[in-house]
Amino acid sequence: MRLQAAGVTLGYGDRVVVDGLDLGIEAGTVTTIIGPNGCGKSTLLRALGRLLKPRGGEVLLDGRRIDGMPTREVAKVLGVLPQAPTAPEGLTVADLVARGRHPHQTWYRQWSSDDESAVALALELTGLTDLAERPLDELSGGQRQRAWISMALAQGTDLLLLDEPTTFLDLAHQVEVLELVRNLHQEAGRTIVMVLHDLNLAARYADRLVAMRGGRVVAAGGPHEVLTEELMREVFELDAKVIADPVAGTPMVVPIRPLSRP
Amino acid sequence: MTTTTRTRTRASVPLRAAGLSWRVRPRGVAVTVGGLLALALLMALNMRLGDLPLGLADVVRATFDPSVPEHFVVMELRLPRALTGALVGAALALSGAIIQSIARNPLASPEILGVTTGASVTVVAGVVMSGSAYGGVSGLFSALGIPALALLGGLAGAAIVYALAWRRGLDGYRLVLVGIGVAAVFTNVKYWLLTVGDVNDTGRAMVWISGSLNGRGWEHVVPVGLALAVLVPLTLIGTRSLDALRYGDDTVTALGVRVNPARALMLLAAVLLAAVATASAGPIAFVALASPQIALRVVRCAQPPLLSSAVTGAVLATGADLIARTAFSPIELPVGVVTAVLGAPYLIHLIWRARK
Repeated sequence: MRLQAAGVTLGYGDRVVVDGLDLGIEAGTVTTIIGPNGCGKSTLLRALGRLLKPRGGEVLLDGRRIDGMPTREVAKVLGVLPQAPTAPEGLTVADLVARGRHPHQTWYRQWSSDDESAVALALELTGLTDLAERPLDELSGGQRQRAWISMALAQGTDLLLLDEPTTFLDLAHQVEVLELVRNLHQEAGRTIVMVLHDLNLAARYADRLVAMRGGRVVAAGGPHEVLTEELMREVFELDAKVIADPVAGTPMVVPIRPLSRP
Repeated sequence: MTTTTRTRTRASVPLRAAGLSWRVRPRGVAVTVGGLLALALLMALNMRLGDLPLGLADVVRATFDPSVPEHFVVMELRLPRALTGALVGAALALSGAIIQSIARNPLASPEILGVTTGASVTVVAGVVMSGSAYGGVSGLFSALGIPALALLGGLAGAAIVYALAWRRGLDGYRLVLVGIGVAAVFTNVKYWLLTVGDVNDTGRAMVWISGSLNGRGWEHVVPVGLALAVLVPLTLIGTRSLDALRYGDDTVTALGVRVNPARALMLLAAVLLAAVATASAGPIAFVALASPQIALRVVRCAQPPLLSSAVTGAVLATGADLIARTAFSPIELPVGVVTAVLGAPYLIHLIWRARK
């Protein structure tokens, strides 16, 4: 088990979002967390990436308590791309991607040749080499998202957590980003956990789906086991038909009507 | 990976030797070196002035040759004054650069951290209260000294702002808002004290709270010099964290930076620099605010460059002192009056030029 949540309780202020949740992430898999708005999926991802400290329970990275590890050591193994990340103004793509090397640098080793080749490789994998000197604000939404993923790649971790990497992207760009994620998984054997809203894409690009509702895991397993018509009713309160995706053969959700609001 | 050589002009170039590597901005180096040369010239021009006028060549000779009769005057009176100005300017500018980076706000300065306003109100209170009790500023002050009082007041002011702004971490925006509120309270208390105080005492206090380099000696140079000697290397090591802190908190944490300790340590350094500088020369206006913004535009980078900002601050303070002493000679203005008059138009010019 690469990453594990053991009885974690999570919340903000007085509000408890996730209560006593257990989840394990196997090495070399792509896991996608799905669920309705406010179900705690992003909160869970933030806790897995030690961006949010659990109030109860613990998160284990390779069997060790993630809280007890120096955050810099964690950053060499685990990369997190937060939801809607913000960059300072006037940054170029190369600047952003170079920032991913931060955990590997010190004040006396600010830009080694390792850093340089890791950044070049990350740019190449995300197809951004030619755009390296472009200011970030001049890029399209899809290119910008690729730049952020490229930064996470430059970090050189084999474990990546992506929080809604396809938000605000049109369908073509969503597929583009997810194809990139699949390549990272297939070619480099990276372990990936992401939060996605689009169920059909989630089913197509994940080995394992985790469905959440009200801070609990309702179902976890292969896309065919999880994405059923019963689950759509239970988790999303949606009357839907689930058919086979004509291209990939994975389950595909066709909505009929919401249960509560006819 | 085959080759990574690209023929592009970058703002920074890598410098590598024996497993060590740095990123160096040629423009930053040029500005720093050029600034230091300008600083040396301005300091020498400043040291000509006084009861015994000297030429530029005399100043240089008298500084380095102990057999020259003017050596004593230059070493005991003029050099410490010039050094105080340069060091105080550098410390204020460095403090401002750190605060602006952390607050992500170009209008942030040690004032909003409660340092300068805290120092002002404490000094005014000390002058006014000891004045009426002892019939002069000799009483309490002969024991405690204005610099010590200013240092305590500055640190206390910062502690108050810090305590009020902390809420499970430090947020730049909240820090600015709380800081402005606290500064307003301090300023009003200061004016109230000035109105109720004895005229002679308040006059003396007014000179101090405008920021003055008049009569500054080695006892003013040493504390600022020591603070800079310790804090400049530490802040330069912290530059990497400061750069990273420009990103969102989640992104920075994911990169392995402990956000709150990093922010708190850098702010502490900024507070110490500003408090020590203010203790030596009073709250010299505008240096902390303008120098980082000037340096940032001259060096052409996204965030105030620490070293270039410090050099800019030293040049600004020293140049302002030169003008303060010569513009209305023989009347000598407090340096703080001039820094505001000098810094503001240049900053406006830079912003204007950047718009085009």
